[in-house]
Amino acid sequence: MSTRDELLALLLENARYSTEDLARQTGADAEAVAAAIEELEASGLIRGYQAVVDWDRADQERIRALVELNVTLDRETGYDDIAGRLVKFPPVKSLRLVSGDYDFALEVEGDSLREVSKFISEKVAPVPEITQTVTHYIMETYKDRGLEMGDGHDDGRLSFSP
Amino acid sequence: MKIADRVQQIPPSGIRKFFEIAEEMDDVISLGVGEPDFTAPWAAREAAIDSLKAGKTSYTANRGMRELREEIAKRVASQYDLAYDPDDEILVTAGASEGLDVAFRALVDPGDVVAIAQPSYISYVPGVTFAGGKPLSVPTREEDDFKLTTEILDAHGVADADMLVLCYPNNPTGAIMTEAEMAEVAKFVREHDLTVLADEIYADLTYGDEHTSIATFEGLRERTVVFNGFSKAYAMTGLRLGYAMAPPEVIAAMNRVHQYTMLSAPTTAQYAALEALQSCDNEVIEMRKQYNRRRQFVLSRFEEMGIDCFEAKGAFYVFPKCPWDDTDAFAEALLQEQGVALVPGHVFGESGDGHLRVSYAAGLNELREAMARIEAFLG
Repeated sequence: MSTRDELLALLLENARYSTEDLARQTGADAEAVAAAIEELEASGLIRGYQAVVDWDRADQERIRALVELNVTLDRETGYDDIAGRLVKFPPVKSLRLVSGDYDFALEVEGDSLREVSKFISEKVAPVPEITQTVTHYIMETYKDRGLEMGDGHDDGRLSFSP
Repeated sequence: MKIADRVQQIPPSGIRKFFEIAEEMDDVISLGVGEPDFTAPWAAREAAIDSLKAGKTSYTANRGMRELREEIAKRVASQYDLAYDPDDEILVTAGASEGLDVAFRALVDPGDVVAIAQPSYISYVPGVTFAGGKPLSVPTREEDDFKLTTEILDAHGVADADMLVLCYPNNPTGAIMTEAEMAEVAKFVREHDLTVLADEIYADLTYGDEHTSIATFEGLRERTVVFNGFSKAYAMTGLRLGYAMAPPEVIAAMNRVHQYTMLSAPTTAQYAALEALQSCDNEVIEMRKQYNRRRQFVLSRFEEMGIDCFEAKGAFYVFPKCPWDDTDAFAEALLQEQGVALVPGHVFGESGDGHLRVSYAAGLNELREAMARIEAFLG
């Protein structure tokens, strides 16, 4: 595995590792690591860094919905055109073209049920190429981006063992 | 009640004193642990649970479930180039530790000299002693990166011994032996007609060079018992499952001891192990990657602190030189003042004295904090 791939793997695991700790874990020197990360960012391979939040533990409400979208295409309009329009809306957190029963999988986030519903009915559904929307409100999140939302695992090991 | 002499002559483990201190303390970060911090892969745990639900709570065949032995045979053939017949050359045991005990009892006669490459796992000397054998310490040296050499074997009279016990990748040093280095040991063993017990429990955990089993060299298969298991690579220590591989007459003899003591290895654990072999390779690969990052992290930190530490390339230990002359005093003071638990090297044999065993089977946050505390302790 190249240092670049190894850095990517480490940042995917924890984007808050310091440059020094990344260097120590890969056996590279800190300057080389800083340069490699800059390159990963500049090339657009790394798009950003975000926290994974367990909203069930937060005081404020957070509403998330997965929306299935079906579309019809014509000579002038392709998937990219429709997607290009939808991604501009801030409540859209993710948008993916998928295989199967529907075309796009859209993730929407807002502060209330009302806000999210309103956004889907007023901004998404009226897009002329969209023929159908099926909205699934998220009721509970158990795992997100590889992280379990449970209480974690206690280290039950003895402090010394041979 | 009278305690048997052979038990009385074995001192309690040197870890005990530290364990008692740590028990009384809060906020101890332990790098003194000889087991993974990971949990067994979920698929293996689920297989164990399912087997219990299905009522699989009886004994299995003495040698272990046939299906498991077949999977083990397939695995060691593809991974280590070891060919053993699942019918009569593999014995499933309650951890590699039971396998070793059974082998000592099956193969060692009273007075037999058993050479043990040290520093080493703490059970070999007692195991030999309980079986009536005479343990012969064979100290490896830091200047050889704790590898076993023919020069060392010669110098310590191993030529006249009956048996040689070795463990690579090594606990506690993290040392490994390359194919060429192991070939030299194999040659010596053949020339002097020794039986070999090869504890290869850390075989899956090497970083860089791949593991070479001593049993793969010409003329070695017929004189070697290979031990492996699921504790380390699959993070299944508490499930207690290992296996031994040897020619049929040796496995038959070991099975005779095993059947009158253990009867069969834990059934639930055998189901977990079967699933582990069938579907958990990716977890093992991922754990190995994590260990390697931690290994490099810990080695870098010791280098930054100016602590001399040879580059261990296997298991999940590094074995730095102790900054103080008195290793015990250092480990005790570090534990009491900074709450960091390490194991003094002499626990693993005299040749380990002057070193500390540092296990990096801990999360990076713990390792980072432990290293900061060691740095603070050194001032």
